[in-house]
Amino acid sequence: MAESSLLENPSANGWLRGPVDWARKNLFSSPANSLLTIVALWGLWLAVPPAIQWGLIKATWIGDPAACRAAGGACWGLVTEKYRLILFGIYPYDEQWRPFLAVVLFIVMLATAANPRFWRPWLGWVLVAGLVVVSVLMWGGILGLPLVTNDRWGGLPLTLILSIFGIVLSFPLAVVLALGRRSQLPAVRAWCVVYIELWRGVPLISVLFMASIMFPLFMPEGVTIDKLLRAQLGIILFTAAYLAEIVRGGLQAIPRGQYEAADSIGLTYWQKMRLVILPQALRLVIPPLVGQFITTFKDTSLVIIIGLYDLLSSTKVALSDPQWRAFYVEGYVVAALIYFVFSYVMSQYSQYLERRLSAGARRR
Amino acid sequence: MAMVAGIGWFLVANTLTNLNARHIATGFGFLDREAGFGISEHLVPYLPSDSYFRAFEVGLLNTLEVAVIGIVLTTLLGLVMGIARLSHNWLVARLASAYVEAMRNVPVLLLLLFCYSLITVSLPLSRNAFNLFDCIFLSNRGLRVPAMIWDDSAVMVVSTLALAVAASFLVGVWARRRQEKTGRYFPVLWSSLGLIAGLPLIAFLATGAHLSFDVPHMAGFNFAGGSTVSPEFAALLLGLVVYTGAFIAEIVRSGILAVSYGQTEAALALGLSRMQVLRLVVLPQSLRVIIPPLTSQYLNLVKNSPLAVAIGFPDLVSVANTAINQTGQAVEGVSIIMGVYLAISLILSFLMNWYNKRVALRGGR
Repeated sequence: MAESSLLENPSANGWLRGPVDWARKNLFSSPANSLLTIVALWGLWLAVPPAIQWGLIKATWIGDPAACRAAGGACWGLVTEKYRLILFGIYPYDEQWRPFLAVVLFIVMLATAANPRFWRPWLGWVLVAGLVVVSVLMWGGILGLPLVTNDRWGGLPLTLILSIFGIVLSFPLAVVLALGRRSQLPAVRAWCVVYIELWRGVPLISVLFMASIMFPLFMPEGVTIDKLLRAQLGIILFTAAYLAEIVRGGLQAIPRGQYEAADSIGLTYWQKMRLVILPQALRLVIPPLVGQFITTFKDTSLVIIIGLYDLLSSTKVALSDPQWRAFYVEGYVVAALIYFVFSYVMSQYSQYLERRLSAGARRR
Repeated sequence: MAMVAGIGWFLVANTLTNLNARHIATGFGFLDREAGFGISEHLVPYLPSDSYFRAFEVGLLNTLEVAVIGIVLTTLLGLVMGIARLSHNWLVARLASAYVEAMRNVPVLLLLLFCYSLITVSLPLSRNAFNLFDCIFLSNRGLRVPAMIWDDSAVMVVSTLALAVAASFLVGVWARRRQEKTGRYFPVLWSSLGLIAGLPLIAFLATGAHLSFDVPHMAGFNFAGGSTVSPEFAALLLGLVVYTGAFIAEIVRSGILAVSYGQTEAALALGLSRMQVLRLVVLPQSLRVIIPPLTSQYLNLVKNSPLAVAIGFPDLVSVANTAINQTGQAVEGVSIIMGVYLAISLILSFLMNWYNKRVALRGGR
């Protein structure tokens, strides 16, 4: 009798049954699985409680290294003390509201560009205007803002400048290269293939070296280009090769009929590309483009090697202070979190976009 | 076209003028001159009095060492993590996802710097080193292990090892032919392991077992004797492996998902165990999807290895950088770097394409 009532009413005892059943099915389905679970739990037990103990319970939130050593936990005092240096580098202290505003502007621009509702021809101009405003904010020298030369720029704004200018400015070059690689003219095609494969075959760091050592040699007498511009140029030339391959993927995905239709109504090559092919192809490649943006965003950290102070290098500078040296974990964790938040949000966005675009394709 | 050529000519002309103005000779003649700087780690003998060419060789070997060991380790890590992410075990799958997401979203350089600090700041000083059986020491100067001292018998042992590898390869070929012909299974893995471990051991004992160890010991403030894994090398390898492993895990995962579930069900219906299904049915088919993106991840690992400069491991780029600073031969130095990496990229993608052809479906596509 009791048995049958249990059978009729599977939700009886549900409060206990749920988690136990779930665990039996998902954690202990076989002896091997149980062993794995136990090993994983043991590992978590070794790692998580001490980490919480270190990071939260025993941590010191403000104060100097001595206080931290006494408490024996994490020293978030490093961050409260040095966050201006980590975020903005050696930008003049009283003017640091400008890079802060620049970061806010960058985030607003990214959010605007991310929203498919704003994918209109004017979006490009809005972004260019935004970049101009950012440049004015950072440089100053007009509108009563004191001039700050770019050897004092640093931290998060520099990381964002290098990656966003890098992507935006390499994009036109990438489109030209992608079109060139699919061109009918053998000479043009050969040049584009050589360019793309050459840059894709070498490490970014050697490109940055080249930029910092060799660009000055390329310039005519009397013309100097500063370190930031050289790095930025290196990043643009390098990223363009990768972007070109992405754009080429989009061009190849456009059905042949579109090309033929455009030819048959008498459009010239450039009209055909501008009005028919590129608008469709570029829409297709937005998700991999976001992926490339994440890569570029992370790769700008390499400018540390040619002596620019991006987010990672300014963190390293903050940690080079001998009395804080022992608390490197805190510094790197904070820098990693900033990188993580940006990259993670963007990668989630690109997955959302992929679903959205493929949903559109299915409906058609 | 004319424009490109014009820009090219303009840049070359400027460069030549500038080089003349700074009295820097062009050409690779400097490679024969004495380098005059030390390199902390070298696989082949090297002294500061050796030529720049030798220095570049040492750097290249260091780069290749990191690349080869790194590729092997990161493949293993990626494979394990990719499979773990698809595990039926909820906890294991979640942990693997957490690893992948955490690693994919931070810069590799940050990981390298972190690993380097971990080793040099957090590990104890030499005199309080972690000590295993009084012969393996882990300290902020790196890992010290006993070094083997060989005499002439080494030649015998190494040649039997090569013989054993060749023999187990032949056994593998024979076993596959026999299985295809008669259906009888031969335990290739165990017999090969037996051959590879057994034959050299027999040779070693037969030649009189001449082997002694150079055990590290404290001398002053640091260890003497034994062989070392330096903090720089360990940090570089650890950072690269852990970072690239996350990307490979994703590739492995998508490769396995690309094999239709019917294959797994069919294999299970034949009575194969879960491990056998993975090893004999799913993985071989997923390789077709995995190999092309895997190639580009290997290339990424190689191309990320010059980040060694940031933590002071003497790889090719770091040696070239020193040479450029000393001689001013920027154009030549940078072209050597780029040429070498281009060559490595081309060779690696050639090898992987060859392997890809072997695993690809015959005929179709």
